[in-house]
Amino acid sequence: MNTNIIEINSLNKWYGEFHALKNINLKVKEGEIIVICGPSGSGKSTLIRCINFLEKFQEGSIIVDGITLNDDVNNIRHIRTEVSMVFQHFNLFPHLSIIDNLTLAPIWVHGKSKQESKNKVLRLLDRVGIKDQAKKYPNQLSSGQQQRVAIARALCTSPKVILFDEPTSALDPEMISEVLDVMIGLAKEGVTMLCVTHEMGFAKKVANRVIFMDKGQIIEENKPKDFFNNPESRRLQLFLDQILSR
Amino acid sequence: MAVFKQQTPKKAPNPETKIVSWLRENLFPNATNSALTLLALYVIYLIVPVVANWMLFDATFAPVSNEQCGIKGACWSYIFEKLDLFIYGFYPPEIYWRPQWVLILALSFVWIAKLLKQHKYKTKITITLIIIYPIISFFLLYGGPGLEIVETYKWGGLMLTIIVATVGVIASFPIGVLLALGRQSKMPIIRFLSIIYIEFIRGVPLITILFMASVILPLFFKEGMDMDKLLRALIGITMFQSAYIAEVIRGGLQAIPRGQYEAADAMGLNFIQKIVLIILPQALKISIPNIVGSFIALFKDTTLLLIIGLFDILSMVHLTTSDEKWLGRSTEGYVFVMVVMWIILYSISHYSKVLELRYSTEHKN
Ligand SMILES: Nc1ncnc2c1ncn2[C@@H]1O[C@H](COP(=O)(O)OP(=O)(O)OP(=O)(O)O)[C@@H](O)[C@H]1O
Ligand SMILES: [Mg+2]
Repeated sequence: MNTNIIEINSLNKWYGEFHALKNINLKVKEGEIIVICGPSGSGKSTLIRCINFLEKFQEGSIIVDGITLNDDVNNIRHIRTEVSMVFQHFNLFPHLSIIDNLTLAPIWVHGKSKQESKNKVLRLLDRVGIKDQAKKYPNQLSSGQQQRVAIARALCTSPKVILFDEPTSALDPEMISEVLDVMIGLAKEGVTMLCVTHEMGFAKKVANRVIFMDKGQIIEENKPKDFFNNPESRRLQLFLDQILSR
Repeated sequence: MAVFKQQTPKKAPNPETKIVSWLRENLFPNATNSALTLLALYVIYLIVPVVANWMLFDATFAPVSNEQCGIKGACWSYIFEKLDLFIYGFYPPEIYWRPQWVLILALSFVWIAKLLKQHKYKTKITITLIIIYPIISFFLLYGGPGLEIVETYKWGGLMLTIIVATVGVIASFPIGVLLALGRQSKMPIIRFLSIIYIEFIRGVPLITILFMASVILPLFFKEGMDMDKLLRALIGITMFQSAYIAEVIRGGLQAIPRGQYEAADAMGLNFIQKIVLIILPQALKISIPNIVGSFIALFKDTTLLLIIGLFDILSMVHLTTSDEKWLGRSTEGYVFVMVVMWIILYSISHYSKVLELRYSTEHKN
């Protein structure tokens, strides 16, 4: 628990003239669970999407597992084999069955055999509780099941880091907890997680640190207990009031 | 609080029969529509008996001469006598079995591919069939070691129509996919060239491209090096069709949500894997109806081959109308082409609807 798996140094990003990320510094240790929250448009998605280079950035550096990100194709691919992502809208591939969705990366990116990947994938599906749906197609599952499949898909390449971008905010309310339970399980197993979410219960339960972003900056960062009980900045206090009064 | 008495079921108030109510709802819902219905019925009454009498009841089907056919009805004897020409052109009659086998193989390969639905080597076998079929077909049609050579100028009729349309669509397909991807590319030169090509081709009629292919293409070849006329036409048609296929596929590509690209990127697939495994299968599925539509358009356009001296089905009919034995029977010929074309194209369009329906329900419950 002492090497930095992710190091972000003075990261700046612009969309055209718009300064979306302002001088972000963040170090994440192996096995850490980080929750990122903040108002809409504050740059949370942009930040975690820079880590697997879904977004380009103009200044600063990101180091993942000792490798500095640059825009070389092989470098990007290498990073992406170690960092997987769970999206707000699942982004499962609708033309492939669940099992094919999951074996895609092991087979095509990691060069595993079909049988080997299939076995592993079935174990993972079992773990997220949908083994019996393996032959179905994504549209045949409920939103909660789809997101659990997406989490299994993110796991099937044994990544060092998983990025979550609001994994529960597109779910029907009664399905949020089934997905959160899977995520809590993961957190306890020591997978490094960066998680953009407004599920404060999740943050309190498993996060090592909670980060508050606003207007493209990291405003406050703390252990969950202090973060929620003694917010220092005025903006975080307002934000928490809003979130908790919902 | 109130308690309600249980109601006993009553008979529905409208005991009209199904047919009557259907008629009322669909044909005579109000005064204007009733008038239109009556007008339409009157037009049908005017046209159908005349056409039916000419085509069927007053027509001659027996193998007789032009004079023995009356002048009241159609003389299908002419069609029957020339049928081989209409189907095969000037292909030597004693080896009609060769094009026939091309058709039989096509049908049986499709059937095999269907049977393999769950087979382990399904993809491999299908790809093998797709690769060897054109080779076998060309060998059968043209000839080669062991088979008498039939020069392409002898190919004609419906056979030629089908060959040109099918080759045109299949050959233009990969080019169309590349052009569609090119048009979406982030690299400006590739995008620019794709746009220029697509917009240029779409801006000119097929006939000018066919002329270009038959007149201008040879200029690029050295003196004496003659290029097959059919091949030239195929190149022209492929160039033409690929621009349209490109636009159709581009439409499909645009319908794919950005999240699909991002998910593919995020799992580390490279560009080609992303396109081939994730994006194209979805985009093509969406594009099926439009691809078929563009195939149908091309099928009809092959009648233009007449102008550069290739004998498709329409040209063959056109040619035989000047046969002295059958003077004055061109109507029968053109009606025949119309009916054949309609049957083929309607079947294709119907099949594409079936496909579309199957794919649109496949992923739902
Ligand atoms: N592709 C883009 N082009 C231009 N501006 C963008 C783009 N993507 C995001 N932005 C802007 O960057 C800012 C940060 O966006 P981001 O999506 O990171 O916010 P967020 O914190 O994830 O918000 P939300 O909670 O709504 O998801 C926003 O103001 C947004 O309008
Ligand atoms: Mg976001």
